[in-house]
Amino acid sequence: MRVTPYGVRGSLAAPGPSTARYGGNTSCVRVTDPDGTVLILDAGTGIRSLALELPRGLSRVDVLLTHLHLDHIIGLGFFAPLYNSAMEVHIWGPASATLSLEARLRRYLAPPLFPVLLRDLPCRLELHHTGRGRFAIGPFRVRAARICHPGPTVGYRIETDRGSLAYLPDHEPALGARRFPLDAEWTSGFELAHDVDLLLHDAQYTREEYRGHAGWGHSTMHDALAFGRLAGVRHLAPFHHDPGRDDDALEKALDAAVSETKPDFQVTPAAEGRSFDLD
Amino acid sequence: MTTKTVQQSVEMILVRQLASYLFVPVLVFDTTGTVVFYNEPAERILGVRFEETGRIDREEADRLVELSDDPSVGLENSERPLDVALQQRRPTHVRRWLLRRADRVRLQVELTAFPIIDHEERLLGAMAMFWEHHGP
Repeated sequence: MRVTPYGVRGSLAAPGPSTARYGGNTSCVRVTDPDGTVLILDAGTGIRSLALELPRGLSRVDVLLTHLHLDHIIGLGFFAPLYNSAMEVHIWGPASATLSLEARLRRYLAPPLFPVLLRDLPCRLELHHTGRGRFAIGPFRVRAARICHPGPTVGYRIETDRGSLAYLPDHEPALGARRFPLDAEWTSGFELAHDVDLLLHDAQYTREEYRGHAGWGHSTMHDALAFGRLAGVRHLAPFHHDPGRDDDALEKALDAAVSETKPDFQVTPAAEGRSFDLD
Repeated sequence: MTTKTVQQSVEMILVRQLASYLFVPVLVFDTTGTVVFYNEPAERILGVRFEETGRIDREEADRLVELSDDPSVGLENSERPLDVALQQRRPTHVRRWLLRRADRVRLQVELTAFPIIDHEERLLGAMAMFWEHHGP
């Protein structure tokens, strides 16, 4: 499978020359199988340009939302397939204890936040609640599980016969832990990430920044590396870069964390348009 | 031989994290009644340390402590609070005498037990909190 980020920025889009190398769009990743099946992970601002590059003749696309914070759904209203009556669009994501996925999405896709109502979209739209469980989309075997982040949030593990990917863009497994990581049994997200070829994982903060942001749902670069080591991943792509950090500062902070922790796996910061081929 | 690690749900992980910060003794149970975590204040109640024991099954827990009715509060629901939480999915609050078998120390405690149920109404386990009763 090919994994291509179209948005890697956390919390808020941060376009401009100082973030051009990694990109300023918020979370959105395309996963493509050689048979043509396309999954889209989250619907941040990157989804608009992703849609422009979908193959002609594609009749179905599946969008897997990790949660409904605005930076992960703000691009939905600008996702061209939703306005194409020939397209079958499946949106997967978590419901809450009291609201269905549809009811939760309607809060965004309705005035005053957006002029087009969810029910008026011309595509053939199907919504699927993902809590914890397994399902298949074409050749992709998908596993969802709740992970540590404020509000209903899931991470995804996606496998084919040729590769495995874990996607945990907003994740704070170190929350409340006096030392991190604890053992695998007590670490949020472990089973999703265990032994994957590629892990896209939240690495928004430096250790110094985290002190003022504990409980906001995000990880330090050091914790992302420690989580990757515990899970035995083969390749880590730090993700959800802080919108206030320019490219030079991002590289400097990540380089420092890597040289300090010395991971025994490859580390490549996620960047828009930089694909990972998992074969 | 390797054994597959089964990760706890995030809800149970967060319950453990919370318990580790509380002053009151807290025991966290899975759905079978096995103690999967207890905090430092609970170590004093049980007379053992979590770092040393890890999880404690029900029979072992019964060997560590004995709970009995407190006659000073008269007739009370004699069901085990943990059973009420896990089997009936109800919270319960009782007053009990707790005997720590290792040194035969008896403590008067109030015990709050309640089920841990996730968004999808799945029972994940239970939490028991002990409130030591001091004075009359």
